[in-house]
Amino acid sequence: MLIVRDLEKSYASGGRPLTVLRDVSFRVEAGESVAIVGPSGSGKTTLLGLLAGLDLPSSGSVRLDGTEISRLSEDERAKLRRYKIGFVFQSFQLMPSLTAQENVQVPLELRGERDAAPRAHRLLARVGLEERRGHYPAQLSGGEQQRVALARAFVHEPRVLFADEPTGNLDAVTGAPVVELMMELNRELGTTLLLVTHDAELAAQTRRIIRLADGRVVADSGANGR
Amino acid sequence: MSLRLLLALAWRESRFARRRLLLFLSAISLGVAALVAMRSFSAAMQDGVRGQARALLGADAALSSRQPFSTEAEALLDSVARAGADITRTTSFASMALAPRTGATRLVQVRGVEPAFPFYGTIETKPEEAWSCLRNSPCVLADPGLLISLGARVGDTLQLGEVRFLLAGTLEKIPGEVDLAAAFAPRVFIPRRLVPATGLVRFGSRVEYEALLRMPAAGAVEQLAEDHRRWLRAERVSIRTAEGRQRMLGEALDRLGGYLGLIGVVALLLGGIGVASAMSAYMKQKQGTIATLRCLGATSTQILKIYLLQAALMGLAGAALGVLLGLATQWVVPHLLASFLPVDLEIAFRPSVVIAGLLTGVWVALVFALLPLLDTRLVSPLAALRRQVEPVRLPGIDRWRWAGIGVMLGSALLLIVLQTGELRPGLAFSGGLLVTLLLLAAAATLLIRLAAALRLDSLPYVVRQGIGNLERPGNQTRVVVLALGAGVFLIATLFITQHNLLRPLERDDLATRANLLLWDVQEDQAAGVGETLAAVGFPLIQAAPIVPMRIAAVNGRPVRARTPDDFEGPPEGDAGDSGEGQPEGWAVRREYRSTFRDTIVASERLAAILEAKCGRGTGGADPPRGGAGDGGDGGAELFPRPCSTESDGEQLPPVSLETGIADDLGVGLGDQITWDVQGVLIPTRVASLREVDWARFEPNFFAVFPASVLEGAPQTWVLLTAVPAAEQRARVQRDIVQRFPNVAVLDLTQVQQTLDETLGRISLAIRFLAAFSIATGFIVLLGAISAARLERVRQSVLLKTLGATRSQIASILFSEYLLLGLISSAAGILLAVAAGAALARWQFDLEFSLPVAPLFWLAAAVTALAVSIGLLASREVYRRTPLEALREE
Repeated sequence: MLIVRDLEKSYASGGRPLTVLRDVSFRVEAGESVAIVGPSGSGKTTLLGLLAGLDLPSSGSVRLDGTEISRLSEDERAKLRRYKIGFVFQSFQLMPSLTAQENVQVPLELRGERDAAPRAHRLLARVGLEERRGHYPAQLSGGEQQRVALARAFVHEPRVLFADEPTGNLDAVTGAPVVELMMELNRELGTTLLLVTHDAELAAQTRRIIRLADGRVVADSGANGR
Repeated sequence: MSLRLLLALAWRESRFARRRLLLFLSAISLGVAALVAMRSFSAAMQDGVRGQARALLGADAALSSRQPFSTEAEALLDSVARAGADITRTTSFASMALAPRTGATRLVQVRGVEPAFPFYGTIETKPEEAWSCLRNSPCVLADPGLLISLGARVGDTLQLGEVRFLLAGTLEKIPGEVDLAAAFAPRVFIPRRLVPATGLVRFGSRVEYEALLRMPAAGAVEQLAEDHRRWLRAERVSIRTAEGRQRMLGEALDRLGGYLGLIGVVALLLGGIGVASAMSAYMKQKQGTIATLRCLGATSTQILKIYLLQAALMGLAGAALGVLLGLATQWVVPHLLASFLPVDLEIAFRPSVVIAGLLTGVWVALVFALLPLLDTRLVSPLAALRRQVEPVRLPGIDRWRWAGIGVMLGSALLLIVLQTGELRPGLAFSGGLLVTLLLLAAAATLLIRLAAALRLDSLPYVVRQGIGNLERPGNQTRVVVLALGAGVFLIATLFITQHNLLRPLERDDLATRANLLLWDVQEDQAAGVGETLAAVGFPLIQAAPIVPMRIAAVNGRPVRARTPDDFEGPPEGDAGDSGEGQPEGWAVRREYRSTFRDTIVASERLAAILEAKCGRGTGGADPPRGGAGDGGDGGAELFPRPCSTESDGEQLPPVSLETGIADDLGVGLGDQITWDVQGVLIPTRVASLREVDWARFEPNFFAVFPASVLEGAPQTWVLLTAVPAAEQRARVQRDIVQRFPNVAVLDLTQVQQTLDETLGRISLAIRFLAAFSIATGFIVLLGAISAARLERVRQSVLLKTLGATRSQIASILFSEYLLLGLISSAAGILLAVAAGAALARWQFDLEFSLPVAPLFWLAAAVTALAVSIGLLASREVYRRTPLEALREE
């Protein structure tokens, strides 16, 4: 499903190159759930960005569902995301001027699908927000906003879901049901899950944990000779 | 993604920003309004001219000449009459009118007409039936302005020359003539058969003879003009046709509308710049949404389309607002220009104008929004994951960006060229506008830097903070200064130019200078007029003889044999004369009213003088004289000293030409011109060239002869005197008119007033349109305030948290907008002074002077408006409590 080889990413920082990821290689099978953990600055978010094709590596390759994504143009990567990838962000990233329902519709509408409204409605009902579908993000609580984000991430039935600290902006009480819901949806739809977190409890709910430090993979619980 | 879905997404995405977007894009509204008003006005004028074509001339065709028609021309008229055409004649000349009851006099244009005049159209009079009085009794009709200046009323007697007429009524409307034509000398219509009795048409009088034709068959007119124009021109007769006049008027009015509309285009383009700036700020705020959309799989094209659609929708709303405003304004424009219009206007709703306005508005909004919208491509989807993200780097040259810039500049150029209707002036104007805007931007940058440098520690904190705000990251200060400054520039340039044009009339105070010009003084009257003046204590300041003449040959080539195309110059008489012809041979065929004297006068400067070439071996050649060194030295000799030897027997008499007319004639020093002085041929050699300051109200001449050459020729005199008080001037004029009815007197103070009024009216119309630019500047200011609202609220919340009071925050804003207003005014005025000085120096040839008071008031008004608008639009910034603002975050 996802094959990562010799991934390296460096930035120019103050005129000098700063390598934030090096020699990262692993593969993830379809339907697997993986947590990428590590301390702040270990390169987790950078790795997630590269895996989802939000950014290009300095060297190495990322192959998603058979497609070498670093060879794709910006717009080709966008189309790849449109059809195969779902996202959950730490700060929800709902569009403030769209209602909950409209936010969920966006991935389908970008694909030009005509049944966006009923599908979004169904998924909102699934995350328990049917009553709140006409509300704007500012009128929803943090937990509700993240549930809308979950509905948006799953509405187009992506092959892979990338989650960046999905509970990072939520307290423990609101965070737990969100995680539970995410895991359920993941199982129901057979989605591959990659989540970035430094929350050990959240990581423990996935089947595999990849640990990063200083931009390198230092441990991989699922690296059984793969 | 279908258009429907794109539209839906674009519409939803704009949900909380529509008011702001509308404000950004309404920067184009005023430009659209000005354009719609001007285009509707132009369309109405064209309709008017088309509908009233024959009435504009009063005939199918008109023949006119400055001298009685030649036998050939009369023969042509006879043959046309035999073919069934109706002919009526007019005779026009200037004269003094005297109202015996009040004793007041005024220079007027007399037009002797026959009962059949005019064949088409109606001359509106008051009382209505007054026109018929011209048929059977010695009565006159006059412009209402004459009655006012004479203190006369209908029923009074009006004396013209030797005849006393009954003032039967006033002229309310004459088709095809602009009211302004009567400003310098009011029009007076009299029965033509009484013209000889007035005794006003004498030797040297400037008379225009006209024959109006009504043709029996349509189409015959153009043929007639076509067949005879060329030879008639050689007979010094010009022929105009209704169709030609319609075409010429149509073109002239089109140009007037086109050029005035340019001011609207400037407002529109300034609005466009405002749109670009506001959209750029708006897109910065939209980065998060754009990054999320990209994460969700939106391509850069889809995102661009979403925001382009938003811009188009709001642009359409802004343009619609502009169209409505323009439709409301279109009724104002004809009033502003009423005295310059020869036709009645019917202002109407014209769908084509509305559609053109909408399309232009939307197009400009889109084209200027395009560049900031293209920046959406640079937003990295990573921005959804973290705050600090580098923009996407595009490979190679960003073709889209260059294309965007190209489309923007190309559209501006196209808009201007379409508005002027001609390529060359359009290009020139575009270039000028670009340079002006660049200079304004440079001035703005300089002034902002200067302000920043003046942010001294000794200034109170609130002032320093206010100055600092002008330079806050993402500020739109330059764009606001540019937009406001451009409006200030337009209006200030108008003030400066108007001031400089009128100043020559005001300087030295006309009351103590020469201010009465008397002409058509016959040779035998000159002494008598001089005595009359001296008797009341006003001596002659200048007296110049005038000898009318024409050019018979240039360098041996007879004038009639030369093709008119050999010469260039303005058409003879008023602009209507040449109607459909090229301005040919004006300099060659015109009548010259020359004088004779041997020395330079104060309004002249010797530009070049022929070196006297006396016989070989005499060694007596004078050193070359003339050039820049000896300007204005009244009394210097005008001609080279003649050779003392008798050897050069065939030496021609010298003549001195004005440099401009020499250029038009294509002659220089040493060339020969043969003059026809009432039948006597006088060959001359161009011996000197003079630069003449025509702006001075003194008798000036194209050609000056040595006294010895012309003294014996039939002549009239022009006299100049100074009469300080208005009552004295009136009395002197009355005395002169009563003793010498044929002498015309021009009161220069009256000319000054008329010019003042005329320029005032023109500049009012232009100022009205320029106001759209200034108002656009204020909308751009509003847009900038709205775009930076979030940052301002954050700043004020922070300051309040740190203990700032509301009044301190208001003071910060006050100093910011005060400075903004001052900088905008200063930038605009600075450039206007430069432009005004350049115009005065090179275009009008005037000494430059600065109208300090109006410029001060302009700057004060703009600054006060900037402060008021700025404080009003930012009131939530200082009103809101920190907690409220934090909650909203």
